[in-house]
Amino acid sequence: MLDDLRELYQEVILDHGRSPRNHRHPEDANRHAQGNNPICGDTLSVYLAIGEDGVIRDAAFEGKGCAISIASASMMTGMLKGKTEAQARALFENFHDMCTNDDFDLDALDDDADDLDRLKVLSGVRQFPMRVKCATLAWHTMSAAITGEDKTSTE
Amino acid sequence: MSEAANIEAIPGDNSTLAYDVARVRADFPILTQEVFGHPLVYLDSAASAQKPRQVIEAMDDAYQTHYSNVHRGVHRMSQLCTDAFEAGRETVARYINAGSSDEIVFTRNATEALNLVADCFGRAFLKAGDEVIISTLEHHSNIVPWQLLRTRFGIDLKIAPIDDDGNFLLDEFEALLGPKTRLVAMTHVSNAIGTIVPIKEVIARAHARDIPVLVDGSQSAQHMTVDVQDMDADFYAFTGHKIYGPTGIGVLYGKSERLNALPPYQGGGEMIASVTFEKSEFKDAPHRFEAGTPAIVEAIGLGAAIDYVESLGRDNIAAHESGILAYATQRLGEVPGLTVIGRARDKASIVSFVMESAHAHDIGTIVDRAGVAVRTGHHCAQPLLQRLGLNATARASFGIYNTREDVDALVEALGAVTEIFG
Repeated sequence: MLDDLRELYQEVILDHGRSPRNHRHPEDANRHAQGNNPICGDTLSVYLAIGEDGVIRDAAFEGKGCAISIASASMMTGMLKGKTEAQARALFENFHDMCTNDDFDLDALDDDADDLDRLKVLSGVRQFPMRVKCATLAWHTMSAAITGEDKTSTE
Repeated sequence: MSEAANIEAIPGDNSTLAYDVARVRADFPILTQEVFGHPLVYLDSAASAQKPRQVIEAMDDAYQTHYSNVHRGVHRMSQLCTDAFEAGRETVARYINAGSSDEIVFTRNATEALNLVADCFGRAFLKAGDEVIISTLEHHSNIVPWQLLRTRFGIDLKIAPIDDDGNFLLDEFEALLGPKTRLVAMTHVSNAIGTIVPIKEVIARAHARDIPVLVDGSQSAQHMTVDVQDMDADFYAFTGHKIYGPTGIGVLYGKSERLNALPPYQGGGEMIASVTFEKSEFKDAPHRFEAGTPAIVEAIGLGAAIDYVESLGRDNIAAHESGILAYATQRLGEVPGLTVIGRARDKASIVSFVMESAHAHDIGTIVDRAGVAVRTGHHCAQPLLQRLGLNATARASFGIYNTREDVDALVEALGAVTEIFG
């Protein structure tokens, strides 16, 4: 029983869950969205500071949630800096694929391979379908912030 | 009575002659299932209860031997099926001591029963500025229908408060009753933290001002003796699937004069006395509120579920469950870092809790791997959780088939939470 669970709750996740990075509200943020996971009631706010060139200068989040959703938000915000909006979205698509598709092949990717390799610790949710939304909440919210929607939901 | 008191005195002791939990468990086929290699420990009956074979067989038998549409054909099957369907209504009426089976309206679930009252009562009696009183303890299904009425008619919603332990505050409730109060819509038992509302007293205080009361009995009908006449409820809603019956069938009890003062809910067949293109005449309750083909076999299944519950004895069930509640509260209280949420003086067998080290959702995933099914999240009672300063809890809810071994299995599984999260 513990083996399966340790696959989901890897040390990296527990660490990010306990001590989330970028857990703040940047003053220069110019994009913001609030994400809501209706099955548990958790909400996250994602803040982005995007330059005129479309490059993300800063990314941060605030909110309470389970270990999976907080770890995912923490890791995501660390990776977004320096990416363009399009690159951020592309990474989300690949990450979503990794969390839901058993045939996902990391080696077949040219882009994002390093980031996805680090995000692989979250892909344990594939074996826990009810938890996929926890892993992707921050990403849906980030995507909504880029698009300019104020609110999003994993539904 | 003294027997029930004895059982209560020994937390979790199920070994009385009056209540043989092993025999009850043997009636529930699903309890032999394994989950991730562990025997299923089902602690989510407040969300939906499991079904005894008596219910499954009654429904199977209806489909195989006497199924047809009801209240229509003159043929034999239609007669047999109508009799079985209406027998379900009679059983419900007897179970909650309604004055007549005409006071029992079948709905899809408790949510629809509450919406039916909101919609019909709202259209008939509510206008801008009128007040409806609910409580902090409500499930979303007794909040949102009234918010929809607020949008539609401009009514105001007043919220009766609780204290930090989750006790309902009767005097503070009474202070809300005023000249504009048109209806009190109140839960009997909190689904999230188990508080039992002193509903008879709520009704007495509302009736002293001629204000009718709708009771959400979703979490009471399965746990305690409910006597709608003694309680003097004007309306009482509950659902089949939480009382060991099928999904798709709920009940709205209403006093005859209350029901017949309401306009129809939906239009269609079954609810009319006559129809011309100019106008229709509506039947009296309950048929006025039952447009279209009802959940026929589900009503038969609900009747079988109630027969089953009554065969165990409702005092015996209450004593058994209060023993499990006491044992669970004690055992969970011993788990390091765990806090029981909701410590009302009077509780049904529902225990909500949080842990310092882990979010409720993580707790739910971890104990699931040990075969223990608990509910996690806001339990469709977000305003209540907000009042308690929480986003989510884990909730263990106990029914007629649960044992102290089930509680032990939960406590043991929680050890893995500590092991992983520290």
